[in-house]
Amino acid sequence: MALLAVLFAFGMLTACGSDDSSSSSSSEASSSSSEASSSSETEEADSGPETKAAFIMVAPIGDAGWNYAHDVGRQYAEEMTGVETAYVDAVPEGTADFGNYVRDFIDQGYNVIIGTSFGYMDDMLALADEYPDVVFEHVSGYKMNETNFGNTFGRMYEPRYLSGMVAGSATTSGLIGYVAAFPIPEVIRGINAFTLGVQAINPDAEVEVIWTSTWFDPAVEGDSAQALLDKGADVIAMHQDSTAAGEKAEAAGARWVSYNTDMSEFAPEAFLTAPVWNWGPRYVQIIEAAQAGTYAPSAYWGSMAEGIVDLAPIASDVDQGVVDQVMEAKAAIIAGDLHPFTGPINDQDGNEVLAAGEVMDDGAMLGMMFFVEGVIGSTG
Amino acid sequence: MTEASLIGLFVATVSFGALLYLAALGELLAEKAGVLNLGVEGMMAIGAVTAFIVGVEFKNPWAALLVAMLSGAILASVHGFFTVGLGAEQVVSGLSLTILGLGLAAYLGKDYVGLPPGAELVPVEWAGFSDLPWVGPIFFNQAPIVYLALLMGIAVSFVLSSTRLGLALRAAGESASSTDSAGHSVLGLRLSAVAAGGALAGASGAYLTLSITPQWAEGLTAGRGWIAVALVIFGAWRPGRVGIGALIFGGTLALKTRLQPFGVDFSPIILSMLPYVLTLAILLIISIQARKRPSPAPFGLGLPYRREER
Repeated sequence: MALLAVLFAFGMLTACGSDDSSSSSSSEASSSSSEASSSSETEEADSGPETKAAFIMVAPIGDAGWNYAHDVGRQYAEEMTGVETAYVDAVPEGTADFGNYVRDFIDQGYNVIIGTSFGYMDDMLALADEYPDVVFEHVSGYKMNETNFGNTFGRMYEPRYLSGMVAGSATTSGLIGYVAAFPIPEVIRGINAFTLGVQAINPDAEVEVIWTSTWFDPAVEGDSAQALLDKGADVIAMHQDSTAAGEKAEAAGARWVSYNTDMSEFAPEAFLTAPVWNWGPRYVQIIEAAQAGTYAPSAYWGSMAEGIVDLAPIASDVDQGVVDQVMEAKAAIIAGDLHPFTGPINDQDGNEVLAAGEVMDDGAMLGMMFFVEGVIGSTG
Repeated sequence: MTEASLIGLFVATVSFGALLYLAALGELLAEKAGVLNLGVEGMMAIGAVTAFIVGVEFKNPWAALLVAMLSGAILASVHGFFTVGLGAEQVVSGLSLTILGLGLAAYLGKDYVGLPPGAELVPVEWAGFSDLPWVGPIFFNQAPIVYLALLMGIAVSFVLSSTRLGLALRAAGESASSTDSAGHSVLGLRLSAVAAGGALAGASGAYLTLSITPQWAEGLTAGRGWIAVALVIFGAWRPGRVGIGALIFGGTLALKTRLQPFGVDFSPIILSMLPYVLTLAILLIISIQARKRPSPAPFGLGLPYRREER
C-alpha cells in the first residue's frame, strides 16, 4: 500500500515534470497565476470617452522586462485625448481566462483590445470574428483577418546590431557570452545581428551561445551566464526575461547587455546598454485609427525609424569614439542607408549566405535558422 | 574545456545540490514519520518569496532565512492538520499544498517582482581554505545555506539513527499503532516531522532568493520541489544517500546548460528529464528487490492513523 502511494505520487511527479517543459516552451514568461493575482483599473462605462483600449498581458507588469515595456506603452497611449486605457496582467495563455477578460472589457465599452503574448493568437482571432466592431491587435503573432484583427512586432535586430557594437568595444578577452531561450528565428536573428554588430567594431571577437530552453528560469539563466563567464567571456548578452544573467556579470566584474528595457538598476556596474521596446507610438497609431474608424489590419513589423524599437542609453564609461560610431550607425539605419544584414555574410562554417552588397529580404530574416560566422554554438 | 569551466561546473553542482538537498531532507523527515508531502514545490515558493520580502523590508538576510523557514513550517502544518489531524488523503492534500503555495507566493510577491534584493547571503571565505586549488572554490567559497544543508544532513542522519526521538519518529512511520502502544504521540511526532520538513523546504526556497538568483518572480522554483520528492526515493530514504543523489541531480541541473560551452551537442531537454529517469530506474530496482528484501520505504507511508482502527 505504501509503495503504491509512492508510485502514484511518482506518477504525478513525472506528469508535472513534462508539464514543466511544455509550459516553458510557451511565449515569454508565462507562469500559472490565479485570477486573484491579476489586477485591472477600470472606470464607469457610461460616462467614459469614446475610445477605450484594454491591454492583456501574460505576466506581472513588474517583471522589468517584456510586460513592463508594454505597460509603459499603455501609459503613453493613455495621454491621448478622448482615450481611456485599462490593463489586466498575469493572464495565462491557453485558458478560458483570456476570453473572459476580453468579454468583460467589451461589456464595459472597450473597443480596442491589445493582447501582448504569442499564445493569445488563436483566441484573439476567434474573438475578432465574434465582435466585428471591436479592434483587435496582437503583438508577436502572425495571424490576422480582413477587417478588425491585425498584428504588430518590431525589427529588434536593428538595435541588437547597435548593442553588439557596444559589446564589441567592451570585450578584452574577445569572447562574448549570449544566454538565449529557444532556437527560433526571432532569437537566432537577434544573435546574428548582435554578432555582426560586434564584428563591425571588433572583427576577431566571437559570440558564444548557451540555450536555456526556457524564457524564464532565473536559476538556469544565471548559471548559463556563469558558465560563459567561467569560460572567459567578459561581456554577457541575453534573450531572456529575467535579470539573472546581469547579476552574475555584475558579481564577476564583467559587462552586460540586457534586453526588453533599460535594466541598468539591476547591475549598475555591468550594464552597457540594451535593445529595448518602445510600444507607445504604435499603440497611439492603432488607437487613433480605431478612433477615426480607419483601422485596417496589417502585419506590422516596425523599425527603429518608426520608433517601436530603440537602443537604451549607453553606459557613461564607454569610449566616446565608440558612442559616436554607434550613433552614426543608428542614424544610418534610421535613414535606410545601413541594413544589419548586408552581404557578404557567411554562415558558421564559412559558406557564403549573402553575396557582397546584397540586403537580406524580410522572408529570409523571418525564417532565419543559421548562425553567422563568429558565433559559437549550434542552432538546435 | 578549461580548468575554470570545469571548476565552475562543480561549484554549480554543489550549489544546486545543496538547494535540492535541503528540500529533500525535509521531505525525508516527513516521510520517515509516515507522511507523504507532495507540497514541496509550494513550500519552496513560500520560502523564496517571504525571504525576499523580509530582505527588501528589513535588509537582514538571516531574519529573511528565519522567516522563510517559519513560513515553510506553517504551510506544511496545513498539510499536517488535514492529513495527520483529520486523516485526509495525503496525495490530494499535498498536491493542493503545491497549488496553494504557488498561488499564495504569487499573490504575496506581486509588489516585489522585479525589485532589486534588499539582502543577500553571499559566498563565505574560509581563511586559508578558499584559495586552495579546486577544492577552494568548490567547497570553501559557497553561500552560507550550502553549509546549513550539510549540517542539516548530518543532524537529520544523527537524530534518525542515534536518538530516542529518531527511533520514535521512524516507528511512527513504520507502525503507528505500536508507537501509540509504546506511549508515544503519533500525532505529535508526525506533525512535528511535517513542520520541520516544511522549514527545510522554506530554507531551500530562501537559498534561491537570497543567494542563487537574488530576485523574486512567479515561477522561480521552476519544478525543483518535485526533483526533491524524487530524490527521497532515489536515496532510498537515507540521508546520506539522498545527499549523494542531490549532488548527482544538482550536477544534471548544472550540466543542462554547461555541456554547451564544453562543445558537447546534447539536448538540454534530455538532461532536464534525467533526475526523473534515474529515479524511475531506482524505483525499478527497489521493486525487483522487494521480493527478496523489504522495500526501503517506511511501511506506514501514506497511511493515516486512527486509534480505533488499530
